[in-house]
Amino acid sequence: MFAARVHGRGGQGVVTAAELLSLAAFADGLEAQAFPSFGSERMGAPVVAFCRIDSKPIRLREPIVEADAVVVQDPTLLHHVQVFEGLGEQGYVLINSSRTIEELGLGELAERHRRERIATVPAGELARARLGRPIPNAALLGALIALTGVVSLAALERAIGDRFKGAAAVGNAGAARDAYEHLRRPVHA
Amino acid sequence: MRSQLEGSQAVARTVARCRPQVVSAYPITPQTHIVEAISRLVRTGELEGCEFVNVESEFAACSVAIGASAAGARTYTATASQGLLFMAEALFNASGLGLPIVMTVANRALGAPINIWNDHSDAMAMRDCGWVQLYAGDNQEAVDLHVQAYRLAETLSVPVMVCMDGFVLTHALEPITLPDQDEVDAFLPAFEPRQVLDPDEPVTIGAMVGPEAFTEVRYLSHARQLEALDLIPQVAIEFAQSFGRASGGLLTPYRSEDAETIVLALGSVIGTIADVVDELRDGGASIGAVALKSFRPSPLSELALALGGAKRVIVLERALAAGIGGIVTADVLRALGRADVEVHTVIAGLGGRAITRASLRGMLERAFGGELGELEFLDLNTGVAERELARQREGRRPGPHAEGILRDLGIVAAGPA
Amino acid sequence: MSPSRDRGGSGGPDGARRSPGPYYQTGTFAVGGRLLDEGERAVQADEGRANAITKGHRACQGCGEALGARYALDAAMRATGGRLIAANATGCLEVFTTPYPESSWQLPWIHSLFANAPAVATGVAAALRAKGRSDVRVVGQGGDGGTVDIGLACLSGMFERGDDVLYICYDNQGYMNTGVQRSAATPPAARTATTEPLGEHPGNAFGQGKSAPLIAMAHEIPYVATATVADLRDLEAKVTRAMGLHGPRYVHVLVPCPLGWGSAPAETILIARLATESGLFPVFEALDGRIVGVSTIRRRVPVEEYLRRQRRFAHLFEGDGRPDVVAHLQALADRNIERFRLIAADDGTGDARASGGADARADADIDLLDALAAGERGP
Repeated sequence: MFAARVHGRGGQGVVTAAELLSLAAFADGLEAQAFPSFGSERMGAPVVAFCRIDSKPIRLREPIVEADAVVVQDPTLLHHVQVFEGLGEQGYVLINSSRTIEELGLGELAERHRRERIATVPAGELARARLGRPIPNAALLGALIALTGVVSLAALERAIGDRFKGAAAVGNAGAARDAYEHLRRPVHA
Repeated sequence: MRSQLEGSQAVARTVARCRPQVVSAYPITPQTHIVEAISRLVRTGELEGCEFVNVESEFAACSVAIGASAAGARTYTATASQGLLFMAEALFNASGLGLPIVMTVANRALGAPINIWNDHSDAMAMRDCGWVQLYAGDNQEAVDLHVQAYRLAETLSVPVMVCMDGFVLTHALEPITLPDQDEVDAFLPAFEPRQVLDPDEPVTIGAMVGPEAFTEVRYLSHARQLEALDLIPQVAIEFAQSFGRASGGLLTPYRSEDAETIVLALGSVIGTIADVVDELRDGGASIGAVALKSFRPSPLSELALALGGAKRVIVLERALAAGIGGIVTADVLRALGRADVEVHTVIAGLGGRAITRASLRGMLERAFGGELGELEFLDLNTGVAERELARQREGRRPGPHAEGILRDLGIVAAGPA
Repeated sequence: MSPSRDRGGSGGPDGARRSPGPYYQTGTFAVGGRLLDEGERAVQADEGRANAITKGHRACQGCGEALGARYALDAAMRATGGRLIAANATGCLEVFTTPYPESSWQLPWIHSLFANAPAVATGVAAALRAKGRSDVRVVGQGGDGGTVDIGLACLSGMFERGDDVLYICYDNQGYMNTGVQRSAATPPAARTATTEPLGEHPGNAFGQGKSAPLIAMAHEIPYVATATVADLRDLEAKVTRAMGLHGPRYVHVLVPCPLGWGSAPAETILIARLATESGLFPVFEALDGRIVGVSTIRRRVPVEEYLRRQRRFAHLFEGDGRPDVVAHLQALADRNIERFRLIAADDGTGDARASGGADARADADIDLLDALAAGERGP
């Protein structure tokens, strides 16, 4: 089972990110479960959403305590919220930022994990270029696919097409592809 | 067709396929996505012939449903928590009048303190209101139970509430097969009310009944619940035949037939419990689980059969009878009678606290070692609780419990104590 | 009431009409009346009336509510060709019409709870609409407690949504069914079991209470009217007029309660008339939030004449009495007369009352709420 946790702030599309990932997994013929951690609806408050992916049906309902991947949509959370809690040694980290891991002060974290699995991507900027708004979720998912190969890019594009219409669909798909390219690595599960 | 859907959306679309004629809606977290979705389906015309009434309270929601159902319309509403209690009077009224209303309860904790997260205290508080109470283990079952609920309700003339865990199910996306319109139409014949307000055949509904007849009327509602015990499994079997999947029924055992220890639970936590059962069985433990699907009526003989062979039964409850302990436990004890089974109550997941595999494993290891008490609270922060109790005993104006505890936990800034 | 041959018959909508002979009790003073043209007779005079509430119910002798409900519902039944469903709140009417296992109701009728009659009516109307049954109409009804206190939220919701329901409130100014306790409709100084005539401010307090008709008007619903059981033709006409409209409609009927008011059962109608003639209970009609007609006071009486007939006000006249309280009540009556323009603009001696409907107009349209907001005092 692959367990991803997405951190961000209200209004940044964190919940949608987890949902899109689950839709992509479904499109790839996998089983997936996505759910937010819930709070009163407030813009700007820290939000966490979860997505589990597996080849067999998922029965588990607990929040993701041991994460295989942590995606951080908003770097201002980095030193305020324990976003990396429960991240496995083999885990992936993806942060929305144009700075490097070291510049973000996360060098020590990278040393405790597999360095090639810890990455940043300027998702907000890529999104702004394609969408006109810096909503980074689709781009981050594209990058996550490049990093982890957990689902296919084609599946993500399909999920985006189902979830969004018109210019939003086109823009989000474009941002996802750009981020994928930005981060392209050999695929390994 | 199987798709990746949010629980609420799936329920809304399924309810629409049941062809309700009147839907009354008052929003409350975490049911809002359901009523919003139905509203949209009515406006787009996807759900035709349905009057969607935006009411001014949950009390009104159930009351509008009462009027509509009495006038012969298939009726639906949804609520949770405080809303369910606000309509308490109307719940008893609907069941007393024998109106086959179906309602989704997106289980959420009852305040005070106010809490929007999942537990079962809302439906448990209404356990004697005369409604059938069915609990969904996952979103597929939540969808399926709504179809079964209309069949059950209209056959027996009794209202039915379908309970699904708030947020945990309502807001989760997972693969769900929605029943087709044709399949639902075949399974649910048109509503033929047992009594109906109709100028062509006037009837008086809701007359006062005095001591000379009230007991008999109440007995009839008891008899209806007992009939439901027979009908629920029957409807589940017919559902399986029509739709090709098992769903509903009175209870579902999981690897419990020869188990020494059995965990009984309601709602979605059964999924996590099943994973733990598998892990522990791999390690050689003799353990199983039973998912209770029908809480009202309570299937005492089925419980006795499912649990009677175990050495110990652990009832995992997401609600609390303050000063007593478990609520479902009372039914379990009654079912087991004098059988030689240890019964433990573990109160877990109150107010949305996560029930984790790790915590369950820890609790079960203690149970295997004979260390589990009769009543325990999973993951209770005893230090915090005891410090608050000590503060209360100090005698000076201690303030509200919740504030004291939150300060202790550092969630609220410490001010003057 | 002194006979007055000079005045002859009442002024009907088509002007003064005289009956033959010395008969003066025509029009609104004689509900049956072989002396009247059929078209002017009350619904109750018709053998073919629905008898929506038939005989055998258990109401007290002289019950104003039984009287009012009978007239109102049979008028509604006639207006709808008998295609009517009623939703009733808990209260006297519900209790005395359905003593298990009997029922007086000859129309489809549902009683649910105390606070939800308007919502149940909304539900029935929604079901009828979903089924395409536009021929069947809905009435919701309850007492003042169930309407103005505990039922107000549901009533307001029904008004606000524009649901097609006529709601009738039978106002006997207290929770009578439970033993005469105070409601928001209980008038100041009245004795009830929870507002006893003890202490410096005997009876119900001044400065409390709410006007359900004005609240209804504030919702700007199609039709609001007040009526009493002293003018039963007027009540029938208002219900009939209401049933000719669609959307939320509200009729508020003053129904004296001999038990709760401590009045003689035979005087129920008289007391209702004194309530209007003193100015304490204004009778009017409003369309879409604007008053379009009032029943002007035909022969004004001081409030004392009304109060003395009811033991619930007896404490105001015992011993030295409480002339200050009586004066306060008189001031309220005076204020109503001014606000609602209850005295006709001429000298008030003309027989301004008609046989049906509050169509005697003292003035042009009165937007009462505007007037109230502007602090206007009237002419």
